[in-house]
Amino acid sequence: MEAPEVATELFVLLSAILFALGTLGVLLRRNAILVFMSIELMLNAANLALAAFARQWGNLDGQVLIFFVMTIAAAEVAIGLALIVAIFRTKKSINIDELHLFKH
Amino acid sequence: METYFDLVPLIVILPGIGLLINLFAGKYLGEKGVGIVAVGASVSAFIVSVLLWIALVDADYEPAVVNMPLLGTWIRIPSAGIEIPWQFRVDTLSVTMMLIVTGVGSLIHLYAVGYMHGDERFPRFFVYLNLFLVFMLTLVGGNNFLMMFVGWEGVGLCSFLLIGFWFDKPRGEGWKNSNAARKAFIANRVGDFGLVVGLLLTFWTFGTLDYYKPGEEPIPAAEHAEAETEEPVFAPEVETEAAEEEALGGQLGVFNQAHLWLEEGGHQVNFGLFSMSLEATLTIITLLFLLGATGKSAQIPLFVWLPDAMAGPTPVSALIHAATMVTAGVYMMVRSNVFFHAADATSFVVTVIGATTALMAGFIAMGQWDIKKVLAYSTVSQLGFMVAAVGVGAYAAAMFHLATHAFFKALLFLGSGSVIHGVEHGHHHLHSHGSGGHHHDEPFDAQDMRNMGGLRHRMPITYWTYLIGTLALAGIIPFAGFWSKDEILLDSLRLGTEQGRLDGYYGFVLLLIAAGFTAFYMTRQVALVFWGEPRTEAAAHASESSPTMTIPLIVLAVLSVIGGFMNVPDGFPVLGSLFGVHQLTSWLEHSVVYAHAGSFNALLAVIAVVIALAAIYGGRLIYSDRVLSGLKRDPLETDPRTSRAFALANARLYWDEFYDRTFVRPYRAAAWWLADKLDWGFWHDFVHERLIYGTFQGLTNLLTEPVDRGLIDRTFNGVAEVIRATAARLRTVQTGYVRVYALSVLFGTLLVMLLILFPVLRDLLGM
Repeated sequence: MEAPEVATELFVLLSAILFALGTLGVLLRRNAILVFMSIELMLNAANLALAAFARQWGNLDGQVLIFFVMTIAAAEVAIGLALIVAIFRTKKSINIDELHLFKH
Repeated sequence: METYFDLVPLIVILPGIGLLINLFAGKYLGEKGVGIVAVGASVSAFIVSVLLWIALVDADYEPAVVNMPLLGTWIRIPSAGIEIPWQFRVDTLSVTMMLIVTGVGSLIHLYAVGYMHGDERFPRFFVYLNLFLVFMLTLVGGNNFLMMFVGWEGVGLCSFLLIGFWFDKPRGEGWKNSNAARKAFIANRVGDFGLVVGLLLTFWTFGTLDYYKPGEEPIPAAEHAEAETEEPVFAPEVETEAAEEEALGGQLGVFNQAHLWLEEGGHQVNFGLFSMSLEATLTIITLLFLLGATGKSAQIPLFVWLPDAMAGPTPVSALIHAATMVTAGVYMMVRSNVFFHAADATSFVVTVIGATTALMAGFIAMGQWDIKKVLAYSTVSQLGFMVAAVGVGAYAAAMFHLATHAFFKALLFLGSGSVIHGVEHGHHHLHSHGSGGHHHDEPFDAQDMRNMGGLRHRMPITYWTYLIGTLALAGIIPFAGFWSKDEILLDSLRLGTEQGRLDGYYGFVLLLIAAGFTAFYMTRQVALVFWGEPRTEAAAHASESSPTMTIPLIVLAVLSVIGGFMNVPDGFPVLGSLFGVHQLTSWLEHSVVYAHAGSFNALLAVIAVVIALAAIYGGRLIYSDRVLSGLKRDPLETDPRTSRAFALANARLYWDEFYDRTFVRPYRAAAWWLADKLDWGFWHDFVHERLIYGTFQGLTNLLTEPVDRGLIDRTFNGVAEVIRATAARLRTVQTGYVRVYALSVLFGTLLVMLLILFPVLRDLLGM
């Protein structure tokens, strides 16, 4: 066998930590951009898990799926940022706690 | 010439067209147009009558039966063998009536154009008048009792409408008029009830209501055919014809059937539970007919409506309540002469009622102040003469008097209308040229004879025609009334002397006295109205009426002079050979089986004329110019010898009070009682309030509280409350904070994952 391989469990653990950090960021941050970045973190945590499992099974399916996720993330960022800019123009703020128009 | 008979439906159709035109287009035609249409309809009906007369003479008095086009059979019940056609009968009797109705009717239509001038309901008046002609001609022209009945009720309706024509006059007069109309209608209902029952009995007895079937001729009276042989061919021929029809099984009209059965004798009428002889049945039928006649022809006991009927416009009084409609009862009895001849008991009653009415009404007429009331009671009295004539079997004389009375009474009524018109005109004249000083608002009665006097100078045409009418009514030779009245008197006397009948003597004596009364009250009226000097300013300023009103007066005056010559008795010098004797009687004999000619009795004629002249002379003495000039009360009233009698006459013998006490008040009391106890107490309080309303409310209370409010409301309100409360809690979830939503998404995701992983976890934990 080759150089000791990093165990898949560790990748998954790191992925879970990153996902949890992303989730906490989404839930706790007030700045929309930071929330956005946290979502990216969650997506990439998922990507990491996908890559780890693909390596584990020697299967390309997971890696292909990562490309899809990255594509979607890119599209999401484009739309999301555009929305944030639009909201900022009208509200002069990107604090998501102040964005509760639908409640009323 | 035969074809003239076919014109007879026109006699009803023409006035019908006239009334329809005036009904729908009257508003746009104006007074002149309406008058032309109405008078035209009436005159054309008169022309048709004349043509029928000519046709009848040409056909040798053979009657014709003509079906109404389009209507044909009116009532047909094949299973019961009932067939009542809508048929007209043209015979001498019906043509006589048609001539009188349309002839006098046309003159009165013409008069009414002038009289009603300026009335706000001018077209409606002529619609009613033409409608009256339609019904009256149906009455006299029909070939069966049912058509007569339709006309009978129809003229009653017109009478009602026209009496109450001025129902909206101010100061309560409108009420008086409409009450008079209702009184006439109700009094006639009583009589009509008798007629209806009589007709039902007739139908039951004979199985038909036709007078005579088409082609059938009246079978002449037996003794008549034997005694008088003026027409030897006529009688046997008809009898064989009738016998032939009988042999063929053809049904006969009521009169010939009655005649044959009476000759056979012993015919029984079966009423199911019992049967009665034909004679007894006929007595009942004729008594019921008599009840009908007392209503329509204003005899005791139902006459009380006629004097009140004077509330109608004067042309109505003349046409309907003097000349034509009120004679319908007499016509009906003359038409049914076969029945009346067979019913001795009825004839007795008829004579007594007629003669008593004649005397009683003549008495009341002497104490009246209203110019039209005098004439109204006079009409009742003269109708009494006619009815008494029927009673004593003088059917031709009854028709004769009917005809002459139509002339002179129409004349007198129209004359009185002219007087009223003139006095009213004088009153208005004063009003417009207000002399100042005194107030004009006090009511002025233009019909009260105390407000008149001296009108002969102001209204000469009216005066002279009125005088002729008076002489005709009083029975002064040679005016029309003399001949007819004399014939009735003679016939009743003959019944007494020749057959020893008490009712003949009774009738004769009463009618003779009534004739004296007639002459007296007419003298009184002429004196009060025309003689002396005017007693009011209105009378002094009265003016003669327009030619449309005076022309009918003149024509009727001429008829009142010469009308009597149509039936000059034989044995009368000069006039007999000049005009022929018994023209009317021998004319009527062709349709009135028991018509017979009266001969002339010079002594009786002299007595009658002397009585009349004495009454006139006495009247002139009492109502002398001296008395008339300062008249406030009647000289008869102030004279202690006659004051009681005058008071009685003036109070109309308390007939109205009597009826008020015996019928009207008990009726009202009963009506109140029923209204209070039955309608209010029983129906309203008990049935409606307690039974229906109470039960319903109890039931609804039961349903409302436990069922509706308890169950249904609570269920739905409860559901709504639960939803509301839940929604209130759920609402708090929506905070508006994105992070909260994100958290819930997280929890949701975790939950879903837990569910997916549940089997794995279970295995993992070794369970």
